[in-house]
Amino acid sequence: MGFEVLFKGSNMLRLLSGLGVALRISLVSVLISIGAGLVLGSLMTVKKPVINVLSKIYLEFFRIMPQMVLLFLVYFGTTKVLGVNMSAETASVIVFSLWGTAEMSDLVRGALKGIPTAQYESSYALGLNVRQTYIHIIIPQIIRRMLPLSINLVTRMIKTTGIVMMIGIVEILKVGQQIIEANRKTSPDAAFGVFATIFVLYFLVCWPISILSKHLEKKWES
Amino acid sequence: MDTDVLISYLPGYAEAFFLTVRIGLIGIAISFVLGIVSAFCIYFKIPVLRRVFNAYIEIFRNTPLLVQLFFIYFGLPKIGIAISAEVCGALGLGLLGGSYMAEGFRSGLDAVALSQTESALALGMTKSGLFFHVILPEAFTLSVPAIVANVIFLLKETSVFSAISLMDLMFTAKDLIGLYYNTTEALFLLVVFYIVMLLPVSIIGGIVEKKVRYKMFGN
Repeated sequence: MGFEVLFKGSNMLRLLSGLGVALRISLVSVLISIGAGLVLGSLMTVKKPVINVLSKIYLEFFRIMPQMVLLFLVYFGTTKVLGVNMSAETASVIVFSLWGTAEMSDLVRGALKGIPTAQYESSYALGLNVRQTYIHIIIPQIIRRMLPLSINLVTRMIKTTGIVMMIGIVEILKVGQQIIEANRKTSPDAAFGVFATIFVLYFLVCWPISILSKHLEKKWES
Repeated sequence: MDTDVLISYLPGYAEAFFLTVRIGLIGIAISFVLGIVSAFCIYFKIPVLRRVFNAYIEIFRNTPLLVQLFFIYFGLPKIGIAISAEVCGALGLGLLGGSYMAEGFRSGLDAVALSQTESALALGMTKSGLFFHVILPEAFTLSVPAIVANVIFLLKETSVFSAISLMDLMFTAKDLIGLYYNTTEALFLLVVFYIVMLLPVSIIGGIVEKKVRYKMFGN
C-alpha cells in the first residue's frame, strides 16, 4: 500500500520536518495576526468615518480573495512591480498575517461591540476609573469571548498554510511528492501511503486544538 | 499594464472562470446534501450513523482541502479507485463543505430555544408538526449566516484545484505567467475575476442575512 517507503532511511523524519516548516509559518503568522488584529479591531470601534471605510475595504478584500491569489500577488506581483525580491517564506508570512489580521480584527470588534454599555456604566457608578474598568471588567470578558475563536484561527491558519507549496516552499506535501518520486521504481504505490500519512498528521495536529477551542467555548458560554 | 495583452487573455480567463464556478457549484450542492443529512442524523441521534457522521465532520474539518485532494486524486488510484480531476475537485469540495455545513445546520438546530418546543407541544402540535413547522424554519434562519460564510469559504477554496491540474483561474494565471512573463496583467485579471465571482455572493449573502433576520426576529 506504499506505507513502507516511510520507514526507508530518514523519510518519516523528513516528512515531519516538512510539517514543522508549515507549522512555523502558521505560528509566526498567528502571533503577528493576534497583535495587529487587537489594534485594528479596537480602532474599528472608534467612530471615525475614514477609519471605518478603510477597515471595511481591507476586511472585505481579504474576506473574498482566496489566500492562494494573495500569495501569488505578494510573491510574484511585488517582484515584478516593485522590484522587491523576497523569499517565499517571507511572502507567505506577510500574506497569512494580512489575512489573519483581517479575521482577528473582526473577532475583536465583535467582542468589543458585544459588551453592553451597562457594564461600563455600572463599573463607573461603583467608583472604578477608566483604567480599572478596562482591566477588571471589560478585558476579562473580552478574553473569554475571544480566546476560543482565536484558537480556532490557529487551526484555520495551519490548514491554510498547506498551499505554500504552490510558491515553492518545501513543506510536508512537497517532501511527500519528493519521496514518492524518489521511490517510483521500488514502491509504485507510495502515493497512497504517503498522502494518507500526511492526511493523518494534519488531523493529529488540528484535532486537539479544535477540541480545546470547543471546550473553552462551552466552559465560558454563560 | 498593456490593454492588448489583457484583451488577448480574456477568453482563457473566462473559460477558466466558468469551469471554476461550475465545479464550485456542484461541490456546494454536494456539501448541502451531505451537511443536511449528517446534521439530521446527529440531531435525531440515529444510532450508528450519528457516530459515522460525527467522525466524518471531525476528520474533514481538521484537514486542509489540498491534502484531501492530493489523497483522493493521487493516493486513491493506487488502491484501484481512479477518478477524473473534475470529479475529484467537486467531490473534495463537497466533502470538505459537507462537514462545515453540517456544523452550521447542527448549531442552528441546537440554538432553537427549548421554550419553542414546549409551547408547540402545549398547543397540541404533533411531533412531526413541531419539527417541520416550528424547529426547522427557525433552525434554518439561525444557520443562514453560517451558510453564507461557508459558501464564500468554499468558492475561495476552489483556488487550490490548480494543484490537481484542473484548468481553473489559478492554473490559467500561473500558466500565462510562465509562458509570457506578463505577470502584472495575469495577476490583475486573476484578482478581477475572483472579485467578479465573490463580491456579488458576499453582497447578496449580506442582504439575505438581514432579510431573514428581520422576518424572523424583527430587527
